[in-house]
Amino acid sequence: MSERATGTAGNEPFLVVEDLKTHFTVPAGTVKAVDGVSLELRRGQTLGIVGESGSGKTVLSRSIMRLNIGGNVHTTGSVRYDGRELIGLKAKEMQSIWGLEMAMVFQDPMTSLNPVVKVGRQLTEHLRFHLNVSKSEARQTAIELLRSVKIPEPETRIDNYPHEMSGGMRQRVCIAIALACGPRVLFADEPTTALDVTVQHQILNLLATQQKERFMSMIMVTHDLGVVAGRADEIIVMYAGKVVEKAPTATLFAEMKHPYTEALLRSIPKIAQPKHSRLSAILGRPPDLINPPPGCSFAPRCPYAQQRCHEEKPVLSPGSTPGHQFACHFPVGTPEAREAFDRNLAAGLPVTLAAAGDSKVSDDDLVTSAGGA
Amino acid sequence: MAGSGRAHLRPEDETLLRVEHLNVEFPVGGGRVVYAVSGISFDIAKGETLGLVGESGCGKSTTGRAILQLPRPTSGSVVLNGVDLMELDGEGMREKRTDLQMIFQDPISSLNPRRTVGEVVAEPLQVWGPHDEDKQWDIVADMLEAVGIDPGVARYKRPHEFSGGQCQRISIARALVLEPELIICDEPVSALDVSVQAQILNLLEDLKAEYGLTLVFIAHDLAVVKNISDRVAVMYLGKMCEISETDEMYANPAHPYTQLLLESIPEPDPLAVLDDRAEIEGELPSPLAPPSGCRFRTRCPYADETCARVEPQMRRVSEDHYVACHHPLVPVDETEVQIDV
Ligand SMILES: Nc1ncnc2c1ncn2[C@@H]1O[C@H](COP(=O)(O)OP(=O)(O)OP(=O)(O)O)[C@@H](O)[C@H]1O
Ligand SMILES: Nc1ncnc2c1ncn2[C@@H]1O[C@H](COP(=O)(O)OP(=O)(O)O)[C@@H](O)[C@H]1O
Ligand code: SF4
Ligand code: SF4
Ligand SMILES: [Mg+2]
Ligand SMILES: [Mg+2]
Repeated sequence: MSERATGTAGNEPFLVVEDLKTHFTVPAGTVKAVDGVSLELRRGQTLGIVGESGSGKTVLSRSIMRLNIGGNVHTTGSVRYDGRELIGLKAKEMQSIWGLEMAMVFQDPMTSLNPVVKVGRQLTEHLRFHLNVSKSEARQTAIELLRSVKIPEPETRIDNYPHEMSGGMRQRVCIAIALACGPRVLFADEPTTALDVTVQHQILNLLATQQKERFMSMIMVTHDLGVVAGRADEIIVMYAGKVVEKAPTATLFAEMKHPYTEALLRSIPKIAQPKHSRLSAILGRPPDLINPPPGCSFAPRCPYAQQRCHEEKPVLSPGSTPGHQFACHFPVGTPEAREAFDRNLAAGLPVTLAAAGDSKVSDDDLVTSAGGA
Repeated sequence: MAGSGRAHLRPEDETLLRVEHLNVEFPVGGGRVVYAVSGISFDIAKGETLGLVGESGCGKSTTGRAILQLPRPTSGSVVLNGVDLMELDGEGMREKRTDLQMIFQDPISSLNPRRTVGEVVAEPLQVWGPHDEDKQWDIVADMLEAVGIDPGVARYKRPHEFSGGQCQRISIARALVLEPELIICDEPVSALDVSVQAQILNLLEDLKAEYGLTLVFIAHDLAVVKNISDRVAVMYLGKMCEISETDEMYANPAHPYTQLLLESIPEPDPLAVLDDRAEIEGELPSPLAPPSGCRFRTRCPYADETCARVEPQMRRVSEDHYVACHHPLVPVDETEVQIDV
């Protein structure tokens, strides 16, 4: 995938996000859901954003699209699209961007489709709102769009209500709507999480072909490293609102440096491993985003954590391979990290025991043990 | 799918549970019937984990619940330790309930929110266990300890004060207090984050070794099922396609549907080739009117006229590997065909 989009001279990033912060004001304080994220996107490129539930993936993609509506939101930083700053634009000014330049496909197709309106009308209304086309032209385009997302017999399916379709077909309709006005960037937020593995495979293939045909860029949000592994050019790993590691996909898998990335990958059962292979587990839950831990936000769950980690925030810094960045004091694979892990294991630190496959330590044990060995 | 037949069953004295010709039908009004499970047979040996996989709606949960007679299957036999549960009356079945337990997908909502964790785990003992409360608590505390929950901390707390993963540990403790013969786990990790899923899978493996548990493990995630199962059965639209020792099935899938399922798995490997993999075409047919012959034929790349006419029977591929398909992907032992009536 490296040849697909990266290393394309003259293909400058058209979407540049810098130090983006999205904070929510709630009675208990300020939720720092996205806290200083920077990224770039080039034409035809697929960017994967990976992280556990609550890590800020959805808020990040909605913030880039300026879809956070509500009084308690405070967004700072910069989102430049073709050199134009989007932060600060009003919803009315975003109308020329939404659908036409950036579009989104959501996890649950039912929430983005209107259940009492035929899918055809949902498509044609969208087309007529954004493009200056007649009713009959819009219907013809809608049928073609349904055909392009491989809906069988689109001429009759166009008159279906969403509930008359399977989950996979509904997601195809959502993709058709998102593609209708030929956006340059498609945001796909867990587009297949609600679907069966065979349907997921169909939808991911569909997104990939459409992307290739349209030379479109894609930001794919998922909690599943497997979904983006073969499909993204670059992956960003998020934890507690921050980017903890970022790398071209092949580099990330070959030289992952952040303990959280490693933990995510090692906790997934792999089809290539024989039955009864031991898994490495992560104890605990992501931190409170109102009062995050003072040092590294992963420290309470990290099998490598040392005293320094609890005190000093690691900053995102470049690694030895171009495009690789990570934020960690004891990067995976270094002698310092190995020593740290062994020290924690010897001291019986629960998170380290769980990473080593001990099933009897559980979240309970975290309460009593604070800090590294 | 495609198939019926019993060639894959082992001698009865080697197994704990033997299910034969199981049919579960749900009348849905207007004279229409959902054929949820149609004529499947399988067995489980003591201490074994049988994985059940297949797409949503293929009948996995219905099969699991049919073992517990919830509801009573339409026909067939479910023999546990030599006793056919289908022939027991309500009272007889009530007694057997101590031998069979179930763990569900949604750990938080499957635990009673108004009771303390101590009470929730002790619940099965109230009916079937010792009546002495101290004795009950000793058993409960041991079980909580075994699943990695601090009994002292948990006793007076309520389930919603725990995370999803911890609630699943508590459900497992509750399922274990009566030392059941068989535990049906219906998608026990599907609602959990991957980090927590790994904890629960490791825990089930350890408990299995410690207590000699026998499990039916239902899931739609094939990598999860491979990790935990000794044997795997693949279901499609109420039928059983293939049953085999786990590593053998994943290495040499014999059924076209199994192969398509395996090829659909998104692998966390950036070098995995994606573009030339076959994708399963079309939509799942309705269980109200399943296709004739092989139920998979409407989506099978190898289907021919025989597939539409004749239902394939289970045939032997190798030691502990059986498939129900007229055109299997690996050669089968033709002599073992066994026609069912
Ligand atoms: N309107 C809001 N007010 C307050 N907090 C919010 C709001 N929206 C999101 N959050 C919080 O921001 C954090 C990040 O949420 P987000 O939805 O981006 O997570 P995610 O990574 O997409 O998770 P998932 O995998 O579950 O979709 C969470 O702690 C969430 O509770
Ligand atoms: N009580 C019921 N009434 C009618 N149909 C049912 C009932 N329970 C299950 N079904 C149907 O039986 C089939 C198998 O369902 P199920 O066992 O839940 O599948 P799985 O667990 O594999 O997703 C589905 O078509 C489902 O809709
Ligand atoms: S080693 Fe330290 S800095 Fe690195 S992830 Fe773990 S806790 Fe954070
Ligand atoms: S080849 Fe025939 S019998 Fe085998 S799965 Fe395909 S349709 Fe069914
Ligand atoms: Mg989300
Ligand atoms: Mg089910």
